[in-house]
Amino acid sequence: MSTDSTRPEGITPSQTVGPFFHYGLTPGTAYPHVPVSADGHVAAPGTPGERIVLTGRVFDGAGEPVPDAMLEIWQADADGRYAHPGDGRARQSNSFMGFGRSDTRADGTYRFETVKPGPVPGPGGREQAPHILVAVFGRGMLKQLFTRAYFEDEATANAADPILALVPEARRGTLVATRHGDTYTLDIRLQGEGETVFFAV
Amino acid sequence: MALILPTESTAAHPPSLHPAYTSTVLRAPQQPLILVPHTLTELTGPVYGHGKVRETDADLTVQHAGEPLGERIIITGRVLDEDGRPVPNALVELWQANAAGRYVHVRDQHPAPLDPNFTGAGRYLTGEDGRYRFTTIRPGAYPWRNHHNAWRPAHIHFSVFGPSFLSRLVTQMYFPGDPLFPFDPIFNGIPDEKARERLIARFDLETTQPEWALGYQFDIVLRGREATPMEEPHEH
Repeated sequence: MSTDSTRPEGITPSQTVGPFFHYGLTPGTAYPHVPVSADGHVAAPGTPGERIVLTGRVFDGAGEPVPDAMLEIWQADADGRYAHPGDGRARQSNSFMGFGRSDTRADGTYRFETVKPGPVPGPGGREQAPHILVAVFGRGMLKQLFTRAYFEDEATANAADPILALVPEARRGTLVATRHGDTYTLDIRLQGEGETVFFAV
Repeated sequence: MALILPTESTAAHPPSLHPAYTSTVLRAPQQPLILVPHTLTELTGPVYGHGKVRETDADLTVQHAGEPLGERIIITGRVLDEDGRPVPNALVELWQANAAGRYVHVRDQHPAPLDPNFTGAGRYLTGEDGRYRFTTIRPGAYPWRNHHNAWRPAHIHFSVFGPSFLSRLVTQMYFPGDPLFPFDPIFNGIPDEKARERLIARFDLETTQPEWALGYQFDIVLRGREATPMEEPHEH
């Protein structure tokens, strides 16, 4: 099949999800197609691994909570394998998909119930510390922002992580979720003091 | 630590800060984004099963007891990557206002009627040829409070998953000849005119069905799958 004859002029540009995406996208509302179970449960009961909650609030540059953002997460399972053909180590029978979607509430809170991911391969044969990829969409955001959630109780692995190493030390903390019980908390600041590190990918 | 997908292709996107769209002013990062190599994390992405998308999900005019009001339309097109290859098994999600320009959303309270027979949400899983097809109602323009007398051009929101998390795209489809284009800061946040035009669907008489519905073609192009700096340049 020749692809040159149909080669497009370029990619389709991104646009904001706007404020009214809920019934079209997010679980727990009228949205009937639930890629994860309702209310942000990423991992079905019985999924191997340490069960955790990832939560936090999204703030704008004035320090106000953002009530109309949407977060998507993508992560490996507890053994560090992605449920995707691109990961040759993926288990065919793995019921854990690793994808989640959450809107933010009136106070800017998002929430995922999942399992803690394991370390995954990184560039140059180095291992990456356990982490969750996070995409932030919202009204006033013409394209999504990509960031990562690392875990504060993985200090040794974090210190050796090749991606964290690219982030100025003073800003690395914006990517590290703090732990209380089984809950990890990571606030996302879109702008200003303590601005979250976002990645160009 | 080479990047695998070309970042140049993302130049078609609007910048995060576009002050004419006032909500961007407090929501655009001020620090530069940090360029990172693409690892397994970015190069994989969610895969959806066929089982979850129902046939009626692609026809927004049959989701209720009665027919929705408005101009019935068919939208079809291909999901491609930037190298022209169809993207199979891509979940295309769509949501929109009704013919009067009102969303079924608790926060949309502008004085236009809700349609009891229209929710405005649909989804489709592309086949091997990357094609999708929706039947719906042409949405109306609606006011928003961005500036004095601000009205959004008629548009339909699209959400698409490509083969990796990097090819994740949320966009809006517009209709040809809309008089509101010059006044819309969301549409005009895209600096490149040709890239902007790629968001305008093409009226298509072949897709149009006699005595039934107008047809539009709208191709959605995601970032490439395997483009690398080592790849030979394409001839075209």
